[in-house]
Amino acid sequence: MITIEWLYTLAGLMFAAFAVLSAVDRSNPRRLGNGAFWGLMAASLLAGSRLGDFGNGLLVLGLAGVAGFGFIGRSDPPTTSEAERQAFSERLGNKLFLPALIIPATAFLGTLLYNYTPLGGSGIFEEKRETYILLGLGVLMALAVIFAWLRPPAVAPLQEGRRLIDAIGWAAVLPQMLAALGALFAAAGVGAVIGELTQSIIPEGSVFLTVAVFGLGMALFTMIMGNAFAAFPVMAAAIGVPILIKGFGGDPAVVGAIGMLAGFCGTLMTPMAANFNLVPAALLELKDKNGVIKAQIGTALPLLAANILLIYFLAFR
Amino acid sequence: MTNYFVLAGILIVIAGFALRLNPMLVVTVAAIATGLISGMDLVEVISTFGKAFNDNRIIAIVWIVLPVIGLLERFGLQQRAAAVIRGFKNATTGRLLILYLLYRQATAAVGLYSTAGHPQTVRPLVAPMALAAAEKQHGELDEDTAETVKSFSAATDNVGLFFGEDIFFAIGSIVLIQQTLATYGYELAPLQLAVWAIPTAILAFLIHGSRLLMLDRAIGKRRR
Repeated sequence: MITIEWLYTLAGLMFAAFAVLSAVDRSNPRRLGNGAFWGLMAASLLAGSRLGDFGNGLLVLGLAGVAGFGFIGRSDPPTTSEAERQAFSERLGNKLFLPALIIPATAFLGTLLYNYTPLGGSGIFEEKRETYILLGLGVLMALAVIFAWLRPPAVAPLQEGRRLIDAIGWAAVLPQMLAALGALFAAAGVGAVIGELTQSIIPEGSVFLTVAVFGLGMALFTMIMGNAFAAFPVMAAAIGVPILIKGFGGDPAVVGAIGMLAGFCGTLMTPMAANFNLVPAALLELKDKNGVIKAQIGTALPLLAANILLIYFLAFR
Repeated sequence: MTNYFVLAGILIVIAGFALRLNPMLVVTVAAIATGLISGMDLVEVISTFGKAFNDNRIIAIVWIVLPVIGLLERFGLQQRAAAVIRGFKNATTGRLLILYLLYRQATAAVGLYSTAGHPQTVRPLVAPMALAAAEKQHGELDEDTAETVKSFSAATDNVGLFFGEDIFFAIGSIVLIQQTLATYGYELAPLQLAVWAIPTAILAFLIHGSRLLMLDRAIGKRRR
């Protein structure tokens, strides 16, 4: 069976190559920092299952130290110039999209085939991980096609990948750090305290105001945790179940489903949701790291209000 | 007696982001402080932190697309994407992004949420196309306008994903809602929950879609 560990190995080998290429890149004055940072990522992906919890913890402290004290710099791996790219674009034409579409097409069609034909019964992929595994397969197939067609230098995919990962920098690792912070918040009982505080501001007897506090609480606590998944059990325990469902007789399906979506509005407005908000800012090389959040607030606020109204009208029909 | 001091970690995070300190350090300090205040010893805190980081390695998997994307950029993919958009007479940034919003919501709603995303589709295709559409209509863009167009490209991917994926009944958030409510004795089928994601999905499309049309007008005004 192909498991997610295979993908961790593939990604780990890629980061190991980034580390080696970074460490020998004399154009970057902080080359050793970059080498150490991507090397630690490689170690996590290749050996994380065997390092033990404390070992993984030290590895994370290492990542934070290298990035946090400014030891990583921006490299400038060899690539083509703007003019060369324009020429390639004209010469190769729209066929250039085909390799780009191999990855989504493999993931898309593969997932459908695997889930809706007898193929799924074969159990060749780890359960619920098939889309990720197919994504990896798509990457390998796309690389094979590009090599057969365009014959780039052998090291080119790794150098081009390193160019992009260095443009993202430590933001590539931050989402995982924040997920780990969320786990510590949970272990320390932050959720229970927040739930208690929210409960204390609920106005007596008003269904509408209680729904509003529930929706706003979901959004705000999601903004703090960066993740609606962490907020939902807390707000359900504090308000959703005891007051809205049990107290006022609200429909549990509506309170649950739309409550979660109110949390998603919070995800659009917080730097804590780094993989959705900060990583794209780095990927698109925006000057304003909060540019994506600023573009989203105008959608998130009216949608949050809409969700509160939807719960009020649909759960208490 | 409630230990309100465990909220210190939240304050550290807010202060750290506000002071623009390096988030990697801010998050680490907040995690260690929260753990220590709640009564764990240092080894326990570091172990909890390390275990959670390791459990979330799946987040890092998406970066394996970078060598392919980088390689295609080397051969002019972004330039090609822009050229295609210049060939369409009626293409505008807003209309293009509305189309992508619809695509992203529809594919996420049938469970294909990891087939698109910021590294896979936004950087190599959507953002260059959105920029090209704006340039075609309004000529060379100033830096602020280009930033806005790129920001909206990423924002559209997020909105499409978030308010499409919950219609798919087998996604993590639906399972979480189901399990949370089940602990209180409310047994619901995933499909019963997923249908209630549809009204919000429609409203998200209408709200974000009209903002994208307004974006077209805003770019036009800035040019004059």
